[in-house]
Amino acid sequence: MSLVWEVFRRERAGAPMQHAGSVVAPDERFAEIYAREQYGRRGESEALWLVPRDAVAEIDEFVDEFDLKYRRVDGYSIKERLKEARERAGTVPG
Amino acid sequence: MDTRTAEFLAHLQSGGLVETSDWMPEEYRKRLTKFVEMHANSELMGVLPERDWILRAPTLRRKLALTAKIQDEVGHAQLLYRVVEDLGKPRDACLDDLIEGRSKFHNVFHYPTRTWGDVGVIAWLVDAAAIISQKALLKCSYAPYARIMRKICWEESFHILHGRDVILTLVTGTDEQRELVQEALDRWWEPLMMFHGNPIPADEDPMVTWRIKSQANEEARQQFLEGYVPQVWELGLTVPDPKLRRNDDGVWEYTEPDWDRLMAVVSGNGPASAERLAFRRLSREEVGWVARAVLAEAA
Repeated sequence: MSLVWEVFRRERAGAPMQHAGSVVAPDERFAEIYAREQYGRRGESEALWLVPRDAVAEIDEFVDEFDLKYRRVDGYSIKERLKEARERAGTVPG
Repeated sequence: MDTRTAEFLAHLQSGGLVETSDWMPEEYRKRLTKFVEMHANSELMGVLPERDWILRAPTLRRKLALTAKIQDEVGHAQLLYRVVEDLGKPRDACLDDLIEGRSKFHNVFHYPTRTWGDVGVIAWLVDAAAIISQKALLKCSYAPYARIMRKICWEESFHILHGRDVILTLVTGTDEQRELVQEALDRWWEPLMMFHGNPIPADEDPMVTWRIKSQANEEARQQFLEGYVPQVWELGLTVPDPKLRRNDDGVWEYTEPDWDRLMAVVSGNGPASAERLAFRRLSREEVGWVARAVLAEAA
């Protein structure tokens, strides 16, 4: 019985682990051989992580139920009010 | 078309991407699976014409480079079959369909490699034509495929250079060596012109509608001609097409390939189709015990 192993790789020291792809293997030993061969053969990785696909918990929905835009830059629009403030102060750039 | 499919299509057409676990219409899954499977088959079958020359490579350095390229291509097949498996078709089923002639692989791998000149022309021009299609696939709507294409394109870059190096060595060699290249080019030109497929307009091509492909066939061929014909000419080589010329508007004119013949070739009636499939069948039988041993041992 073969398992899918997700492969993550670090391109160079200090870089984050990034998902690279996957291999199918009957056990960890074979997963390691295939991952080395397919994702590390050309010196493109300095470390690999192997994770059985079943062990990955995925979250892919992020609902903004309470409209929390005030916590982000796109929650602020100052252009109009800045214009108004400048007009009041008589400092409109000329 | 049902609402869900219409929404999916709108998502794609506004540049949206699809991941493995996302819902997708059956037609999209089917077309995508068939396309990636053919790509995987082509990588796997594509090593056979070059394999014939590992033992006959002219120098040790060439032998090593050729072996490395072949290793890369088998690796690409592995990566691509993984994409197909995640779409729902097991690798074993892909390999069975391939050796039984139920699925296809690229036209250029249905021809024999007669001389070392062929190896140079394949590594340079066939790979150049392939890279044009592959680069366009970086924009595929199916993100796992596009990500794998990034890795594949990165590895392919050395292949073209290797091919060019082989060609340059031959054209700066003896008259006999130059003729070897010209003779190989004469035989490979037609398959090269067929490589990107018939000139179906992008807006009639369902593969473009689903954003599996992002480039029309003719656009790819024109890009190939624009990029490589001048490179062929500057080496003093002749392209075997009397009609070939670049018009003032930058469009290349050429003799229309016989598209029925292309269909016949990719359906398994090319000059080397039967031999290549027989070889693949044989190696599948011969290495079957390895898979059985591995799976039994680990169970």
